[in-house]
Amino acid sequence: MRQAEAHSSASRFWAGRRLAAGGAQAAVLAAAALVVWFAASNAAANLGRLGINTGFGFLGRPAGFAISQHLVDYSESSTYLRALEVAVLNTVVLALVAIVGATVIGFALGFARRSSNGLMRAVAAGYVELLRNVPLLLQLFFWYFAILRPLPPPRQSLSLLGAIFLNGRGLVLPRPEAAEGFGLVIAALGIGAVLAAAMACWLRRRRARLGRAPSPWVAAALPLIAMPALAAVIAGPPVAWDLPRLRGFNFEGGLVVLPEFVAMAVALSLYSAAYIAEIVRAGIDAVSRGQVEAARALGLRPATINAKIVVPQALRVIVPPLGNEYLRLFRNTTLAAAIGYPDLTLIFAGTAVNQTAQAVEVMLIVCGCYLAINLAVSAGINGYNRRIGRSYR
Amino acid sequence: MSVLAAPSAPRLGTRVGAFLWSCVSSPANAAMTLALALLAGYWLPSLVDWALVRARWIGPRTVCEDAAGACWIFIRARWSQILYGAYPEAERWRVDVLFGLVLIAGALLLSRRVQYKGLIGLLLIVVAPPATAVLLLGGVDGLAYVPTTQWGGLMLTVALGGVSLAGSLPTGLVLALCRRSDLPVIRGFAVVMIEVLRGIPLVPLLFLAMSVLPLLLPPGTDLSPLMRVAVAFILFNGAAMAEVFRGGLQAIPKGQFEAARSLGLSAPRTMALVILPQAIAIVTPGLLNVAVAIVKETTVVLIIGLYDFFNEILAGLADPQWLASGRAALDTGYFFAGLVYWAVCFGLSRVSARLELATERRG
Repeated sequence: MRQAEAHSSASRFWAGRRLAAGGAQAAVLAAAALVVWFAASNAAANLGRLGINTGFGFLGRPAGFAISQHLVDYSESSTYLRALEVAVLNTVVLALVAIVGATVIGFALGFARRSSNGLMRAVAAGYVELLRNVPLLLQLFFWYFAILRPLPPPRQSLSLLGAIFLNGRGLVLPRPEAAEGFGLVIAALGIGAVLAAAMACWLRRRRARLGRAPSPWVAAALPLIAMPALAAVIAGPPVAWDLPRLRGFNFEGGLVVLPEFVAMAVALSLYSAAYIAEIVRAGIDAVSRGQVEAARALGLRPATINAKIVVPQALRVIVPPLGNEYLRLFRNTTLAAAIGYPDLTLIFAGTAVNQTAQAVEVMLIVCGCYLAINLAVSAGINGYNRRIGRSYR
Repeated sequence: MSVLAAPSAPRLGTRVGAFLWSCVSSPANAAMTLALALLAGYWLPSLVDWALVRARWIGPRTVCEDAAGACWIFIRARWSQILYGAYPEAERWRVDVLFGLVLIAGALLLSRRVQYKGLIGLLLIVVAPPATAVLLLGGVDGLAYVPTTQWGGLMLTVALGGVSLAGSLPTGLVLALCRRSDLPVIRGFAVVMIEVLRGIPLVPLLFLAMSVLPLLLPPGTDLSPLMRVAVAFILFNGAAMAEVFRGGLQAIPKGQFEAARSLGLSAPRTMALVILPQAIAIVTPGLLNVAVAIVKETTVVLIIGLYDFFNEILAGLADPQWLASGRAALDTGYFFAGLVYWAVCFGLSRVSARLELATERRG
């Protein structure tokens, strides 16, 4: 009897809690719906008053503006959809180039911060503290307006080996083009890769059985280099370099990289490298001291200790925050709008909004693109984290 | 570079000794030291030479034209724009009052001796934004109205940074608490808000605030560009703060919740009296890092045409007069702007590191 009473009072209590919880959630939903309705009705009224079109029909219409850098065919008569493709590609290419640069510099700095040389450590720490604490936009403007733009005109370019030129209009590189040997060399590379994999497999097994055999890496690299080299000798070079030549007041041929791209890539690489250096340093610190001491006691050389003991273990700690740093770099590419590099933000949130006046639709597209790429990459990072976590437990 | 190789160092006993030994411990290290020392020996004196020795301090603009050093005349000539933007000259004492209050508040919060910092901080978050708005905007008795379109320079940077900080702290706390809620609808809202705001970069968010936000408000509402930017900043950094708060809340052991419950504390009282005081101590370094990020982010407003501290310097450089006077002014402008931002951000990040160390030691 008493038990039943207690039970009913408990269930009444929980029913009350559930009711309150349900009420609170319903209230939040209702408030959100009210805000959305308020915003939507205002938007409808404002758009009607200003006579702005709605819908995504504009994507099929010609864009009518030129874009200074396009990796796929694009002209002023191309559609907005094509312009979107160009803009997304520009953003992605910039992010990829900057990620490579930032990773190389960042890892070098991270190891320099744990160098055995005290002066080296101090210099690396100085770099990190200097670059991290100055706004990226300021650094970007510095590279663009104070360094690159004041460079001399093409006729007085700074030149490296007579093939790479840097001037006020950008960076001119030799352009690789497929030559007659291209197909055969690529085929030889494929066969070489298969051979190398088989050989590495065999050598590793032999090494495990006999305890001695040439290092699988060195032996496996042989076919990978020898096969394409042989093919190149037979069929001719795979790639012809279109060298830039000075004609009149400008360069002809070659690959011209916009100064805006150079400034963005340099500023993003150097800035993110400071953060990556800290991530790498934390990763090195996470490898317990005993590991290094044990390796030293075994008589391994410092370089071997780094490559075989420290780096593999540090990478597990480094990779997750490194992924987040790449995402941050990707989000920072939007600063391109400040110096006029034609990325997604400048072309769409800037030019397209001004031309179509359809701010709502265009901004939905822009934010959707950034959000989609961001969420996809962070889902990948989370998946990796889960896998690492499982394998450790 | 021989990393992690530490040949047995002689017992010099001092940190200086260990440092000096590490520079020459092996031939490779000695060579590296020599190269770095030569580089530093060349660059540092030439920087000092440029910034101080050969610099032009006084005189007319033309003195800078053939200068081999910094042109501090440029900074002096643009000083009032750099500090106050287009704020009316007669009203600038109000900005000076703001600068004074910011310095006092900063000194109070960063000093090691002052007590009740939480209370001071809370007071600043609640009282400072409306008080600053009244002070700078005016429009009340005795204070002339100064529209935000006339704001600029360091004053705009301080106002925007302060409002963003004061607004994003409570926003972030509420979002983080909602994210831990048992109620799926509330948790879902918080997760979507945080992930969306962290996934969209700041620049598109500013464009969104500039072009779309006015469309969502009733016709006739006139929100100034600075207000729109402030909304975007508060939301964007609120999401960043929410993630910091979340980390702090996760760090509180479960036993604390259970102990509070067994003492008969209600859920809100548990949060306010037991959990939050501990969590805030843990997250303060992280919050300061967001504050550093806010200081750096304020420069982005130049993209949508606001004149903050950095953009006022750029505006000075773009002035045809100074444009004609060669490189010295250009270099000095960037050097000065970088130095100011660096000093503020480096100072804040040092404080953050100090607090983190103190929290770690406490256990």
